[in-house]
Amino acid sequence: GTSVVVYMVPQYSSIHIAAVVVSMFSTIICGFLFLLVVKRLPEHVQVDDPAVVKRLAKKLERQQIPLRSDYGYKVSLFSHLHQYSRKAPLTQLLSIPSTVIHPSIVRLGLQYSQGIVAGSNARSVALLHAFKQVIRDYTTPPNEELSRDLVNKLKPYISFLNQCRPLSASMGNAIKYIKKEISNIPSQCKEEEAKTKLLTCIDRYIEEKIVLAAKAISKYAIEKISDGDVILVYGYSSLVNNILCEAFEKSRKFRVIVVDSRPRLEGREALRRLVQRGISCTYVLISALSYILPEVSKVFLGAHALLANGYVMSRVGTSQIALVARTYNVPVLVCCETYKFCERVQTDSFVSNELDDPDDLMVTRKGKTQLENWQDVSSLGLLNLVYDVTPPDFVDLVITDLGMIPCTSVPVVLRVKNLDQ
Amino acid sequence: MELQAVLMAAGGGSRMMDLTYNTPKPLLPVGNKPLIWYPLNLLERVGFEEVIVITTKEVQKMISTDPKVKLDVKMKLDLVCIQEDADMGTADALRHIQQKVKTDVLVVSCDLITDAALHEVVDLFRAHNATLSMLMSKAHEFTETVPGQKGKKKTGEQRDFVGVDGTGKRLLFMANEADLDEGVVIRKSIMRKHPRMHIKTGLVDAHLYCLKKSVVDFLADNKSISSIRGELVPYLVRKQFSKSTNSPKVIDETHQNLKKNDSNVNLEIQISSRDEELLHLTQERSCWNDHRGDMSDAYHGGRLRCYVHIMDEGICYRVNTLAAYIEANRLAPKLFDEPAVHPSAVVSERCLIGADSIIGASCQISDKTSIKRSTIGVSTTVREKVKVTNSIIMHGVTIEEGCNIQGSVICSNAVIGRGADIKYCLVGSAQRIEPDAERTNEVIVGTDQLMEI
Repeated sequence: GTSVVVYMVPQYSSIHIAAVVVSMFSTIICGFLFLLVVKRLPEHVQVDDPAVVKRLAKKLERQQIPLRSDYGYKVSLFSHLHQYSRKAPLTQLLSIPSTVIHPSIVRLGLQYSQGIVAGSNARSVALLHAFKQVIRDYTTPPNEELSRDLVNKLKPYISFLNQCRPLSASMGNAIKYIKKEISNIPSQCKEEEAKTKLLTCIDRYIEEKIVLAAKAISKYAIEKISDGDVILVYGYSSLVNNILCEAFEKSRKFRVIVVDSRPRLEGREALRRLVQRGISCTYVLISALSYILPEVSKVFLGAHALLANGYVMSRVGTSQIALVARTYNVPVLVCCETYKFCERVQTDSFVSNELDDPDDLMVTRKGKTQLENWQDVSSLGLLNLVYDVTPPDFVDLVITDLGMIPCTSVPVVLRVKNLDQ
Repeated sequence: MELQAVLMAAGGGSRMMDLTYNTPKPLLPVGNKPLIWYPLNLLERVGFEEVIVITTKEVQKMISTDPKVKLDVKMKLDLVCIQEDADMGTADALRHIQQKVKTDVLVVSCDLITDAALHEVVDLFRAHNATLSMLMSKAHEFTETVPGQKGKKKTGEQRDFVGVDGTGKRLLFMANEADLDEGVVIRKSIMRKHPRMHIKTGLVDAHLYCLKKSVVDFLADNKSISSIRGELVPYLVRKQFSKSTNSPKVIDETHQNLKKNDSNVNLEIQISSRDEELLHLTQERSCWNDHRGDMSDAYHGGRLRCYVHIMDEGICYRVNTLAAYIEANRLAPKLFDEPAVHPSAVVSERCLIGADSIIGASCQISDKTSIKRSTIGVSTTVREKVKVTNSIIMHGVTIEEGCNIQGSVICSNAVIGRGADIKYCLVGSAQRIEPDAERTNEVIVGTDQLMEI
């Protein structure tokens, strides 16, 4: 609020009344501004609040999107998050030739929920590709403006994708960009022209923020790789893989240790791609981390998002890698494109996270699944976390397409980005 | 628009000629509804709003004129007639409607009765950008005795060999025993890519296919393929692993439209799915792979993919033999929850109607009759002291007093004389059984039908 100076006047006078009126007026204005600046808590972290759930259900009903129901027992610390089952896709509640939602969005949602498109960059590119199809098939209804109607058309699609799998920070930024571009279309622009403009905008965004950014980051990162290095990577990060492949092509001599973790076991795919190029690799599970770390000279990590207070949000297990690497005095370098920087502030992994299907933790060996009836055991809960946050003290350097910056400079980049926009 | 439904209702029912020589197969009554109602109901429940029905002129006439044939479906039916004597296969029929096909198609046969969750088949089609996605079910043994079968049941028709990968979703191999000379031959290229293959023989093909639009265009150019099930599906399954479809060709989207109209278009380009550059980028950045253990990318870089959803439980029948017809009549009531006894039927109080029997509209059931596990058609008259067990009585039949009908199929407009004892027989359409006749395990059809054969 504002600090309003009210000076006491001994008797009622017009000045006094005017002052009171002005102060009331300004508090009301400030109240509105306060509401505008402070964002409400997003619905996907308030699942245990029945009022919020009801509001979400009403919103989805209005948009004609089916509501996906939660599955299984949730560990109490994470009961404020959604937990869905992969065996209950959202498409079983939709009509088969989907009329409400564009077919490419339905396909995208299916690919998200089944994990066929996984990884921050892949999800953003697939999202933008689907939006291109939507824009191509869009026709402005009569008496409507493209700049307003198209944004309204995209809202139910975004809700649908959110129901299939919670949106990533990179997807959120891409959506913000598209919405801004659509709203900036002048009203006298013809439909065909507007559509081609939007399609080129999307292509340019992908080219600049993802493809060229990857090239720039590789260029900076290769400076940090010297011959004889032993580089540790965790899980699968498309950017880190890209860097290592390019470094190998530029004839740097190094070897890679791929650390992997259950249940996703994404490291296997990273391993395959590196070995296919001819890079010599070692593969360990995260439980062997402290055993292997004395051999390591650097750690390269990918990020899902970089938060405004310098914390790195990445695949669960990354913070452990950074912690142990700090203990062994091994430098930790995080590679992240600027379009993944987000304005959220988080200091722990509980408040905002994603819960994956708990059935993924079940393993079948020799025909026996030990945890088959885990739901019947009342005191047992399976937790499949997807992300965790790493504090900036464990990260030595962040390599972005703007250059190599320390973790604490992230808010500066965000401020500069906002000024640009 | 995402999918267009095409219902194939022009088949002749060649394996149950005794039933179909008078009534065309799509209109055979199953549970007192025409056979064609079941796939139409399935499509309507799932959310389709219009269906292209390919049928003969005879069926079209009967649907529009015959009051007994009730098609209370709310969808818009686009009836396309083909000549009955043209001997068109299912693929020929698809070629015939090529102009109407604007998007990917879902081809259903009129003799499919199932309660399958269609979204499983379509999700495979969508998620993996597949060229073909089909439905299969574990075959159930038919337990009912089939009338007119002398001796032991034949060892069955030629088996189908279906090869799927470890997940049970990807279709790797499909061949019919009739096409194989000495044994099952599997190419080394398939074994190199999918070292573990499960070959199943006890599966029923539901004849429900999701096909990409490019396949329909391909059919238009290749007039030699006439049957979807017999020729097109095995061809597509084989083509997944052929060398030419796997050469990397990133075809720009703007060229797609040009090449579609070009008549000299390359077969591989038509069939292989067209991935845009962005999709390629997505796949490159995504950490998903459908297999592990070798060095290749997801889907082994193949552009053409065929998927199958195999139902473990649930009803799935193709009513193309007499045994299947009888079995379907037993189970059809489970698929819709209308009252077993139609409200307009006149049923006298002193008759015993079992809980699993269906009585059609405008029937007249007289005293002291006992009807167990049977289906009585529309406008049928059943006189006193009749015992009907395990039988299917179609429309307009008259059963005189004192008859005993067991395990039989009585076709429409037949008359069973009084005191007749019919066991495990098939009485053809409009036949008359003389009073006090005793028939066991016979097929009684008219002489004119015999002469046709």
